[in-house]
Amino acid sequence: MPRKLKEAIIKNLFLLFALASLFVLGLIIVFLFLEGIPIFKVVSIKNFLFGHLWYPTYDPPSFGIWSLIVGSLVVTLFSSLIAVPLGILSAVYIAEIAPPIVKEIFKPVIELLAGLPSVVLGFFGMAVLAPWLQETFDLPTGLNIVNASIVLAFMAVPTISSLSEDALYSVPQEFKEASYALGATRFETIFSIIIPAALSGISTAVILGMARAIGETMVVLMVAGGAAAIPESIFDSVRPMPASIAAEMGEAPFRSNHYHALFATGIVLFVLTLGFNLIADYVSHKFKEVGSATL
Amino acid sequence: MKNIIKTLLIGIICLAVAGAGNAFGAETIVVKGSTTVLPVAQATAEAYMAGHPGINISISGGGSGNGIKALVDKSTDIATSSRFIKDKEIKLAVEKGIFPVPHRVAIDAIVPIVHPKNPVNNLTIEQLSLIYQGKIKNWKEVGGDNLQIVVVSRDTSSGTYEVWEEKVLHGARVTPRAQLQASNGAIVQTVSRNKYAIGYIGFGYVNKNVKTLKVDGIDASVENALSGTYSVARPLFMFTNGWPTGVTADFINFIVSKKGQEIVTKEGFIPLY
Repeated sequence: MPRKLKEAIIKNLFLLFALASLFVLGLIIVFLFLEGIPIFKVVSIKNFLFGHLWYPTYDPPSFGIWSLIVGSLVVTLFSSLIAVPLGILSAVYIAEIAPPIVKEIFKPVIELLAGLPSVVLGFFGMAVLAPWLQETFDLPTGLNIVNASIVLAFMAVPTISSLSEDALYSVPQEFKEASYALGATRFETIFSIIIPAALSGISTAVILGMARAIGETMVVLMVAGGAAAIPESIFDSVRPMPASIAAEMGEAPFRSNHYHALFATGIVLFVLTLGFNLIADYVSHKFKEVGSATL
Repeated sequence: MKNIIKTLLIGIICLAVAGAGNAFGAETIVVKGSTTVLPVAQATAEAYMAGHPGINISISGGGSGNGIKALVDKSTDIATSSRFIKDKEIKLAVEKGIFPVPHRVAIDAIVPIVHPKNPVNNLTIEQLSLIYQGKIKNWKEVGGDNLQIVVVSRDTSSGTYEVWEEKVLHGARVTPRAQLQASNGAIVQTVSRNKYAIGYIGFGYVNKNVKTLKVDGIDASVENALSGTYSVARPLFMFTNGWPTGVTADFINFIVSKKGQEIVTKEGFIPLY
């Protein structure tokens, strides 16, 4: 086979592989919209998004997913409140403070946390965390926002930590040296120089961590309690969107209104995570340090 | 490269041959309908096919109404249903020359459960309904401790939920504050760990970690469900066009046989005898 032809074949083969994943993603999106949009013949977009009542199988049914959206946002917000400080500070510790031996232990352990199947974490939340929360705070139920947020935080910490760590590592050595030369202490250097310089990378890490939390299904299905109502306290049960889709899709009759409504919920979820990714992309470009600080 | 293509080709040929074998060599019967009956149909079909190689039973859900529609369209051999056929459906079927024949295959009984330490033993249908609508909020209103009631329900698509809605709530809506669990097992797990909770499960899922409640003073036992005195129960049906013959008849006979009814019990339903 002539060399040129061989090169061309290989090149196009790789192009084909690259296109395959694009093609699959495209198909999924098309399918998602094709299956989701028919619900808007039955209910208006406004009533679907902001309706409070989710009774998909009653006669007449109500397809309002506002309480599911609120459920998703609330658990994402609270899990971020836990995971962001934990993730960033552990990244700072590993990247800047920890002696090499400690680093050797901490880094793989945090990465191991990322490898834990979500069903295992969910079971932990259900069997350990829920009874503990219930007894400690004398609650009617341990399956609530706090429980889901804690377990989701466990899942987001490794993402936030390892991405932040990469960002911290890529801060140029000269910055640190200049800071020390000016007489700054180690902590002044970390908090005034290194973290601000790595901010775009850290923000990306945080947003991707949040995207992970909002799309997570198994954990919220198992520990969020599943009440399709707007929560009134952080100890109320909620039903985030992925939990609703996972619980109901199996038995929603094919191409029924309920089926389409679940796909439309999937569209909302898709738009939200897409939004998170776009913001992450924007932030990482907008706040990019130029010159030798380019991250 | 050449080897890969060769392997792929062989694979494709194998698949094609296997597919053809299924399509031409086997007798296929189609079962469509209720998702509640689905686990029974699935498990009995697997056992039946294991004993009768060459027979293929294809099973799908979609709801009782869809099953009966499929029977009328002649697109299924057996329609499974968690309710009896409606007058309207019979009329439609007869117009098209179809004569649906019901076969009882199992009984589905749903039992309310609470934490073993809950002092309440009995609730009326009315009380259960009000609890699930969120109108009775404290256990002391029904003779229990002064504790908030945590209502645990199934996802609205499940067959278990359907019975509960029909026999207890009579169509009223479950409070949106109700917790949702995706399986009978998850409800047992939740209720066994929560002294505030009330849930409902299929008869076969009851274990010693939870306490069953009497409904209107009647125990949820096999006898009471069979005699019809226990009210949160319903028979499950399979419908055929005319009296079944051949493989279809054999399959239904297998389900109502002793061995088939053992599978029914294992799936969490009450056997016919």
